[in-house]
Amino acid sequence: MSVILSIQNLGKTYASGFEALKDVSLDIRRGEIFALLGPNGAGKTTLIGIVCGIVNGSAGRVCVDGHDIARDFRAARAKIGLVPQELSTDAFETVWATTRFSRGLFGKPHNDAHIERVLRELSLWDKRGDKIMTLSGGMKRRVMIAKALAHEPEILFLDEPSAGVDVALRRDMWAMVRRLRDAGVTIILTTHYIEEAEEMADRIGVIHGGKLILVEDTAVLMQKLGKKQLTLHLQHPLAQLPAGLARDALQDARDGTLVLADDGNTLIYTYDSQTEQTGIAALLRRLAELNIDFKGLRSSESSLEDIFVNLLKEHA
Amino acid sequence: MTREADVPGNPRKAGRERAATTGALNLYAIRAIYLFEMARWFRTFMQSAASPVISTSLYFVVFGAAIGSRMGEIDGVPYGAFIIPGLVMLTLLTQSISNASFGIYMPKWSGTIYEVLSAPVSATEVVMGYAGAAATKSVLLGLIILATARLFVAYEIAHPVWMLGFLVLTAITFSLFGFIIGIWADNFEKLQVIPLMIVTPLAFLGGSFYSINMLPAFWQKVALINPVVYLISGFRWSFFGVADVSVGLSLAMIGLFLAICLGVIVWIFRTGYRIRP
Repeated sequence: MSVILSIQNLGKTYASGFEALKDVSLDIRRGEIFALLGPNGAGKTTLIGIVCGIVNGSAGRVCVDGHDIARDFRAARAKIGLVPQELSTDAFETVWATTRFSRGLFGKPHNDAHIERVLRELSLWDKRGDKIMTLSGGMKRRVMIAKALAHEPEILFLDEPSAGVDVALRRDMWAMVRRLRDAGVTIILTTHYIEEAEEMADRIGVIHGGKLILVEDTAVLMQKLGKKQLTLHLQHPLAQLPAGLARDALQDARDGTLVLADDGNTLIYTYDSQTEQTGIAALLRRLAELNIDFKGLRSSESSLEDIFVNLLKEHA
Repeated sequence: MTREADVPGNPRKAGRERAATTGALNLYAIRAIYLFEMARWFRTFMQSAASPVISTSLYFVVFGAAIGSRMGEIDGVPYGAFIIPGLVMLTLLTQSISNASFGIYMPKWSGTIYEVLSAPVSATEVVMGYAGAAATKSVLLGLIILATARLFVAYEIAHPVWMLGFLVLTAITFSLFGFIIGIWADNFEKLQVIPLMIVTPLAFLGGSFYSINMLPAFWQKVALINPVVYLISGFRWSFFGVADVSVGLSLAMIGLFLAICLGVIVWIFRTGYRIRP
């Protein structure tokens, strides 16, 4: 897959001295959905701001489909649509007028058929004559997406698109993002909803303290960093783990850990999901030998959220 | 090592290489900004246009018809007619500044400036859109006021083409000045400070209601420091063929102020001052 956005050694230090980005390099593939995760202040919005031309970078280089964003800013910016995090709208304009304005601003001639398609796609067609100030927050978010799509961009940046929208609208938006990807648009989104990234993104990048600490295919990330847990609810509580239980049961398992929780009522065994020797059979055998009965068991897999939190802890 | 001019989004580099790499202007963007601003004006036409027309009419009623009828001629021009160019210029200056400053300040204030900054538009195109719309509104207001004045006072325009030239040039220059104020202002109070505290007093003291030749010799010299004197003098010459200073000097002063405003705007976009951190 070819690269549509290339970011090389990007750095940003604000006038206050705050270093928002530190030597960030990243290639975005054409047609993918890329999710950029990171805590507040990690540098996500600054990164997007530089690529889109809202913020001046301090170091590095950015190319959009081969066009340097400084030297060839017209060609580069014409390919990008941006939906910012803040709901910034022209309150007194109608939905139709503001969407048409966006198309003209990006150097495209009138195409009312396209504007109509976008508005219908976002369920805004019936609201086209309404002033933006009369719309709900969710509808305003849709208007911002419509404005970003008005000039038919090849890359769409969605900065926290789900912030403050209800579940139904969020699911609508996910469906729309997938349709755009199917139509060939490259999507780069930042989000605090980890499940959103897990469900939608082809690849995930994690940014922390201005540094890009990880970029990986979502599926590979889940495989590589995902952990499984076996939770055993004991018949009778244990005061402590029997001596040698962990060592004996887990001698063949890699990276397995066994802890006693819930006032001695629960045993939690965490193991590497990729290994062949999980150690479960040995653990159960050893428990039987020690006459430790359990009334129930549950197996679970760590989510992207767990992976994300662990990554941030590692880089704290 | 990365050179400063090579860093992403750096407008110094972009500005230098723009002509070579991009060629023509983004006319669709200029039109979009221009029409957007004009639509905003028409939407609030009553407060945008009617208010200055009403206040100027009051000036004509008071100074033209009531007091003017008891005053003699100035430079051979009846007082009621004499004040017309000054009153038009007063409105032109304040409206150009206010329209342009408000036009660019509002997107900054509401956050919608992100769209302009992320669009494939150059500084020239942004200024042409915003300042062009502001200048158009001011010129239309000036013409409306001239038409209104005709209801109160009889007057002729000796040099109509020059009159229109002065009108347009002054409107453009002060719209650029207003654009700078709009970028500089970070609250609504600052937006009003320069028009109210500096421009309006300068317009009143710049010969709107009198010829500076009527002042004592010392104050005539002081008055020449006021740049508005040159605007009003040149504009009045286009009406009546009489001026406080030479027409060439008036034009040169407008040209100088225009060049200063353009220089400041170029600097603003090169550095990203108050628009692009």
